[in-house]
Amino acid sequence: MTELVALDPLPKPKRDILPLLLPLILAVVMLPLIGSPSSWMTLTVASLAMGMMIFIMASGLTLVFGLMDVLNFGHGAFISVGAYVATLVLLPLATWVQADSLLTNLAVLAPAAILAMGVSGALGLIVERVLILPVYGQHLKQILMTTGGLIVAEQALYALWGPQIIPLPLPTSLRGSFIFGDIAIAKYRLLAMLVGLAVFLAIQITLNRSKIGLLIRAGVENREMVEALGYRIRRLFLGVFMVGSALAGLGGTMWALYREQVHASMGNELTVMIFIVIIIGGLGSIGGCFIGALLVAMVANYGGFLVPKLALVSNILLMVVILMWRPRGLYAVTNR
Amino acid sequence: MTDLLTLTNVHTHIGRYHILHGVDFAIPEHQTTMLLGRNGAGKTTTLRTIMGLWAASSGQITLAGQRIEAMATPDIARLGIGYVPESMAVFSDLTVKENLVLAARDGPLDDNRLEWIFGFFPALKRFWLSRAGGLSGGQKQMLSIARAIVEPRKLLLIDEPTKGLAPAIIGALIECFAEIKRSGVTILLVEQNFHVAQRIGDAVLVMDNGRIVHRGAMAALAEDTLLQERLLGLSLEAHQ
Repeated sequence: MTELVALDPLPKPKRDILPLLLPLILAVVMLPLIGSPSSWMTLTVASLAMGMMIFIMASGLTLVFGLMDVLNFGHGAFISVGAYVATLVLLPLATWVQADSLLTNLAVLAPAAILAMGVSGALGLIVERVLILPVYGQHLKQILMTTGGLIVAEQALYALWGPQIIPLPLPTSLRGSFIFGDIAIAKYRLLAMLVGLAVFLAIQITLNRSKIGLLIRAGVENREMVEALGYRIRRLFLGVFMVGSALAGLGGTMWALYREQVHASMGNELTVMIFIVIIIGGLGSIGGCFIGALLVAMVANYGGFLVPKLALVSNILLMVVILMWRPRGLYAVTNR
Repeated sequence: MTDLLTLTNVHTHIGRYHILHGVDFAIPEHQTTMLLGRNGAGKTTTLRTIMGLWAASSGQITLAGQRIEAMATPDIARLGIGYVPESMAVFSDLTVKENLVLAARDGPLDDNRLEWIFGFFPALKRFWLSRAGGLSGGQKQMLSIARAIVEPRKLLLIDEPTKGLAPAIIGALIECFAEIKRSGVTILLVEQNFHVAQRIGDAVLVMDNGRIVHRGAMAALAEDTLLQERLLGLSLEAHQ
């Protein structure tokens, strides 16, 4: 039988590592500007911790957009709901939270995070079925419906918990810092970095080593063809939407502990930053979202230290610069 | 001979445009039927309507006696239809292997079937672990076809597989389609290149303005140059 083509080796695919190096380059450039290595290290660790928490909150949103072209402006609701649900465990068990034992602290922290994820994921199921299902393919209606959903969720939280800010102290064993010479690394930030890394690795392994992951990656690229292969992509999307919502709930819990407070509009306030992250990263790209989250956090921390007034607009400036360089984000996945 | 696929008075609208105007035809089992026609005649829309990618506004589509016009695309595919779109639509971020693993919906890849596919597409074996996005146009077409036949199918819908490919590759694709047909698969193939069509097809349908304007044996059309000119006109010359 005839061979169809000459079997010339494929050109080696170009590895696009420049975006990967950006956080590193930024950190190195900032060292002489900040001057003090201990301040630089503190800011860098703070940036990494903040970036990981933002990544956890944003990762679901980027997959939701990439997979089904759905603009969910209500993603912040899952963040707030997750944080409030966590208080249902953390506040009644305050004695466990204030105990000196790390194990006791974790014994209350883990169920709080799991409950927050469970409730946020379940809320995601309801939101997808009730708000998003009727408006597939209609961006304007998606924006209106999900923004409306965010407002309703926020007001429901006010109605249930009241308008006051709820203090949420860190567990005792996660307070304070590890000291290395002049450098202090906050324990909670270290934990946030570890959890963020674990979530990133779990998502990467799922996307690259499982058939579900293959389907998600293929669906982000061409969902019509995935359906033509016989897969019901809407069910897959529902699963991704619920996981994304659950991760937002986890991120909300971690963010609330980071800020040591919970309030109903926290999700709303984070929404703009999360959208900046997924736009910078390239809609639908988990790797891009990870780098985007780190960059946003670094620019916010370094910028806030060097030019405090710039901190208010630093994220927007970063997005403008990145989009002028790469108009579809650092790692463009979808053709949308 | 039994008809595997039947379209009866099928109309399709895309937005406010009325594309298919009552398409009627039947595809006999185990045969290769060519769907010819000029650009914009409605060939791709016909395939997409069969697959449920665009909904038929009215009319009936039956596959092996089962009505499918109201079914969702995944359910239609699960009835045993493989689809090779004009754009090939390989998943460029996935490797060749991953593309085929995904297409093997009912379980792991069958080694014997893979060897059968590698028999006419050796490039796929060589680039097994390479990203599909790095393949040449011809190799992507092979992958797209391999994806459609990686599991046994009743019917293959193939949209302009030779478009933009080098003659050597086209010749080999013709052999490949003949082999697939010998394995008992029914094929509905959209083609603009009449030389290719007459080598592959048993039967022929010609479309114009969203309607079937001719149906018959491929051999009869191949011998009747006057009919070819009347049906295919400039379109035929342009693609010879």
